[in-house]
Amino acid sequence: MKARSTTTTAVLKINDEDHAVAFPVHHTLLEVLREECGLTGTKHGCELGECGACAVLVDGEPVLSCLMLAAEAGDRNIETIEGLQRNNDLHPLQTAFADLGATQCGYCIPGILMLAKALLEREPDPSEGQIREALSGNLCRCTGYNRIVLAVQWAAAMARGDDWRPPPEAFHSTSLPQASA
Amino acid sequence: MPKSDSKPAVKASKDNPELRLIGTPFRRVDGRTKVTGQLQFADDLSFPRMVYVKLVRSTVPHANIKNIDCSEARKMPGVVDIMLGEELPVPYGILPVSRDEHALAINKVRFVGDPVAAVAALTEDQAHEAALAVKVKYEVLPTIDSIQTALKTPEPRIHEYGDEGNLHKKVSLEFGAVDEGFEQADVVLEDTVFFQGNTHLPIEQHAAVAVAEDEDRVTLYSSTQTPHYVHRALARVLQIPASRIRVIACSVGGGFGGKTDPFNHEIIVTKLALKLGRPVKATLTREEVFYCHRGRHPVLMNLRTGFRKDGSMTAQHLRTALDGGGYGSYGVASTFYTGALQTTTYTLPAYRFEAVRAFTNKPPCGPKRGHGTPQPRFAYEIHLDKAAEKLRIDPAELRLRNLLPANSVTANWLEVGSTGLRQCIEAVVAGSGWKERYGKLPEGRGLGLACGAYMCGAGLPIYWNHMPQSGVQLKLDRSGGVAIFCGQAEVGQGSDSVLAAIVAEILGISLADVRLCVADTDLTPVDLGSYSSRVTLMMGQAAMQAAERARELIAKAVGAQLEIPENYLVFADNRVFYSGDPDKGLSFSEAVIAAEARFGTLGTTGSYTPPRAPGRYRGAGVGPSPTYSFTAAILEVEVDPQTGLYNVDHVWLAHDIGRAINPVLVLGQIEGSVYMGLGEAIMEEQEFRRLPKRLSPSLVHKMPSLLEYKSPGFHDMPEITSYLVETDDERGPFGAKEVGQGPLLPIMPALANAVYDAVGVRVDQVPIRPDLVLKGLQAKAKGKEARVGPANFPEIDFGDPVLVHTPEQGGDGRAVDDPKAKRRTGVGSSTGTMKERDQALKEKDSAALTTN
Repeated sequence: MKARSTTTTAVLKINDEDHAVAFPVHHTLLEVLREECGLTGTKHGCELGECGACAVLVDGEPVLSCLMLAAEAGDRNIETIEGLQRNNDLHPLQTAFADLGATQCGYCIPGILMLAKALLEREPDPSEGQIREALSGNLCRCTGYNRIVLAVQWAAAMARGDDWRPPPEAFHSTSLPQASA
Repeated sequence: MPKSDSKPAVKASKDNPELRLIGTPFRRVDGRTKVTGQLQFADDLSFPRMVYVKLVRSTVPHANIKNIDCSEARKMPGVVDIMLGEELPVPYGILPVSRDEHALAINKVRFVGDPVAAVAALTEDQAHEAALAVKVKYEVLPTIDSIQTALKTPEPRIHEYGDEGNLHKKVSLEFGAVDEGFEQADVVLEDTVFFQGNTHLPIEQHAAVAVAEDEDRVTLYSSTQTPHYVHRALARVLQIPASRIRVIACSVGGGFGGKTDPFNHEIIVTKLALKLGRPVKATLTREEVFYCHRGRHPVLMNLRTGFRKDGSMTAQHLRTALDGGGYGSYGVASTFYTGALQTTTYTLPAYRFEAVRAFTNKPPCGPKRGHGTPQPRFAYEIHLDKAAEKLRIDPAELRLRNLLPANSVTANWLEVGSTGLRQCIEAVVAGSGWKERYGKLPEGRGLGLACGAYMCGAGLPIYWNHMPQSGVQLKLDRSGGVAIFCGQAEVGQGSDSVLAAIVAEILGISLADVRLCVADTDLTPVDLGSYSSRVTLMMGQAAMQAAERARELIAKAVGAQLEIPENYLVFADNRVFYSGDPDKGLSFSEAVIAAEARFGTLGTTGSYTPPRAPGRYRGAGVGPSPTYSFTAAILEVEVDPQTGLYNVDHVWLAHDIGRAINPVLVLGQIEGSVYMGLGEAIMEEQEFRRLPKRLSPSLVHKMPSLLEYKSPGFHDMPEITSYLVETDDERGPFGAKEVGQGPLLPIMPALANAVYDAVGVRVDQVPIRPDLVLKGLQAKAKGKEARVGPANFPEIDFGDPVLVHTPEQGGDGRAVDDPKAKRRTGVGSSTGTMKERDQALKEKDSAALTTN
């Protein structure tokens, strides 16, 4: 019989707050965030690094938390979905996603929002191609992606103080064309 | 009293053009919790002393279980219990006609992944380790790996019930004078088509947590689309009264039909929670989600249609063969659905439909978005493309000529009410520049058109009963807040928002003053769940009724207090006021206080039961719906003639939504359907492979991972132009119809048709993989037929057809012969009829699906 589960301890800095945790040394950051810290906003879809649902930021860079051992995350600055809003105010990305219907079931959204945050910090005015590239590691089964791309563009505009909005057909559908005779 | 020039107030209804909320793009009510990480899905729940379950799953596809040795596993650290099938001896299944599942296999396994034992331990790691130590000895049986193998291998039977051998269900129905119809045709076209199976692939893995509350009271939290059916299955299998079991559907992280069956892990954690007296959780791994499956059936089809020179149709004969996998699931319904909705888009005077569903040693198939309809719709719409070419009629024009008129009763006795299909076709034709561009684009570029129709809720419930299919209760009190109780399950489609908006609209209050309590079998009235695109229509009607009753009570009290006739009161802007003088009125909470003072504690209910459909023959239970949605789509594709690789550049899609409750959510459903349709059309395959014989007899899933099961990503999506056609259906709440499933239907055939327009290659199968396009191109280069697809349809005895006269022939909706003379369609003998089913029939609990 194998002797597993040597436990270790660490102080994880998550969303600028210290969490002192004890966990089996082989547990991933994903498991520790969800199970030891109670931060269940970070989701899992495969635990194999395939779907992107568990993405968080570590020192500002996107990381799949299912592929990083929690033991590697000590002394690093971890950001999760729970840290995206400021007090009770939504981040522009959150506002744009909620208002544009870029979230349906919402399960893949935390990972996508964290990647989008990293993108906007790097590139405040990303092109559509840059957005698709930045999010291309994440799967969503509900939305068909286009609305997510538009929401990131809208959020970027909001963050820049630009009053650009998605076109009316994103909210109301395209007006029916006149049938040609 | 009212001034002489004032008019009675117009109530919020579909006739009222002054709706405040309905039809506007408002933020979904769960939007904020879904972007903050606050919303809890089933696996996010945890309770003190919770233990974790891992399932030991079969490693062989078809075998008798000889022995299960748990002795080593029981000694492993942290193990609390190991449960085997004999502790859960009662079978279950979503349909009363096919209760063929056990939570843990008893004596026999039927596919790789079938659960055999459940291990509960203090940690998930410990449960996993111990599960690996459970040793199972199998006596291997021959593997039935396909429809073809099932047809020629009646023994050994995968199940001891079903219509014959390894054929689970046979159907043979004939509506009208089919042979005469073919004789009258100028052209008869025949196509053999294959639609590969695929899976839902929700990003959320199934999870369930059960908490025992007393010796015989238990609560199950689960990621399920159908808490009511899970509730019934638990009561049945655990043999405790349903009143002691509470099922709460958590918000579901993607369903698409994949979370509509009661599942073994749900039953197992509930049983263990009661046994161990502590909370028990099971969360499936991604690989296990592929074994749960219940996805799209692989279907082989043969379609023959007679056309007159003007394009009108004289008769159609459709044969389908479904690969069902190892259990019944929704399969009997799926089988009927491969034929039922074929009549809803175009006029078809005579129609023969024959189908068979085979049991095979693979994960069970069931309902995925479109349930049984995308496969024959694919066959039909590529068939029409070929007919248009042969008859030299434009494909859009051919469809327009054949449109089923509004308020028709079809050959198979479906009542089709409003239809916006003409406007849908006209919209995408105009939007895409079809008339100027179709057939005229440079080599390699093409346009393809297809249409579809879908139900807005199944007319009959899954188990026979006379009760409403949806119920809503409202609680109002002096706070001015309104609590809404309804059993519906939010699976991401926005049903919570539809429910809140309908009540808020009618009572003239804001969404912020509405609180929802949903999908809780203890607290909420029954709604059958999120499947068959039923929620907006059925729950919506129930919500309207409950809200209108509440408005009536409040209007009575306010009218009396302010001395204004009730019908002169307006409910808007959180106030109740006189239509002739908006300053004369009360705030909504003052109005509720007036009503509470006059009538006592306030509560109202609403419920919805669909109208009865006119079909009375066996099988008529599948297909009826209060109304149908319609869709037309045109795809533009660019194909590389050297490689067969292609890109879908643009999708124009028009959908008859009846009335959009919230256009943002409607557009989201359309875009999601286009995405999922493209996944099926281009790449998704639930594929299996044999292991080398010397290693194992196994038939295993070829790619049970999110990376290997190819699905479209951010880079794969075309631009989508969506049009909404609002037909204001009289049977829909505020005129609304469904949008969750219908828009998926035209995508696959529109792609096949576009590929043909681009390079002249017919791919008569799904997915339309680039290598198949290349194969067609190569054949074309050699002067051979540029077609890729199945060669022929196997010989199948579907049994004697049940003949039904059509409405046009003056039929009455019943079969021509005494239906009792032919007990069931296509049954050669009564072999293997389950005792279960006989008993169920006695209890009048039998399938509404197959009896009438």
